[in-house]
Amino acid sequence: MNERQMLLNKIQKYDFAIKELNLYLDTHPDCRRALTLFNKYNGLLKSAEEEFSRRFGPINPTQTNDSQHWSWIDDPWPWERW
Amino acid sequence: MWQYEKKLQYPVNIKNPNPKLAKFIITQLGGADGELAAALRYINQRYAMPYSEVKGILTDIGTEELAHVEIISTIIYQLTRNLSIDEIMKSGFDTYFVDHTTGIYPVGASGVPFTAAYFQCKGDVITDLHEDMAAEQKARTTYDNILRMADDPDVRDPIRFLRQREIVHYQRFGEALRITQDNLNSKNFYACNPAFDANCGKRK
Repeated sequence: MNERQMLLNKIQKYDFAIKELNLYLDTHPDCRRALTLFNKYNGLLKSAEEEFSRRFGPINPTQTNDSQHWSWIDDPWPWERW
Repeated sequence: MWQYEKKLQYPVNIKNPNPKLAKFIITQLGGADGELAAALRYINQRYAMPYSEVKGILTDIGTEELAHVEIISTIIYQLTRNLSIDEIMKSGFDTYFVDHTTGIYPVGASGVPFTAAYFQCKGDVITDLHEDMAAEQKARTTYDNILRMADDPDVRDPIRFLRQREIVHYQRFGEALRITQDNLNSKNFYACNPAFDANCGKRK
């Protein structure tokens, strides 16, 4: 597994924790423990995504800051094998 | 609005193409109990929901289902790469191939195209949440059946993830139903429809 894939896997792990807490909080909106965990993983996700977009390209178009070439379209797209 | 994220919710990396598996796994894209039907069901039903928890859960599970559409489509795409005509003929993928080549088109396992007739939006909170809970169990059973037939660990791994999500969604919809009933008259939950009738329910 290359470095890009390792960092993407880390992001996917944070995404999973965040999605799970998001759904839980939808039906338990006053659970302080879940809120704390959500904030924790959200912070970890933000910094991991910042590193990913800097090194390997944007995950969403707002992470671009291009002047010569529109990097959003660069391969690989998510359905392609790594 | 929705914003695309250029990543899968769960990784898919299938080394060996296998059109035979693709032929039945595609039912979780375009079949009656598939991910596309799930996404459209929840995203449409949410407008009738009077309670914030239920608006939230339908929006967020509906959004997750769109990510599952992408995972299933990716599995089909990777299972049908670099096929020879001989492999296509022998695997039974020929009936799909003749209409769609190896493009990703939403059909069920028997080739019936996707239709909105697979889901309902009844405009009644209790009715719609019961459909949603049933839908999650039907999708879970379909994944169980896929796991009975698919032997490739590269395929089984993301399928097991998706199966697990059905169980979590079922749990959350059950909580949404409880929250709904907490807002209604416990002597008769069906006395009125809070999505339509004014002043229905305990809270203002």
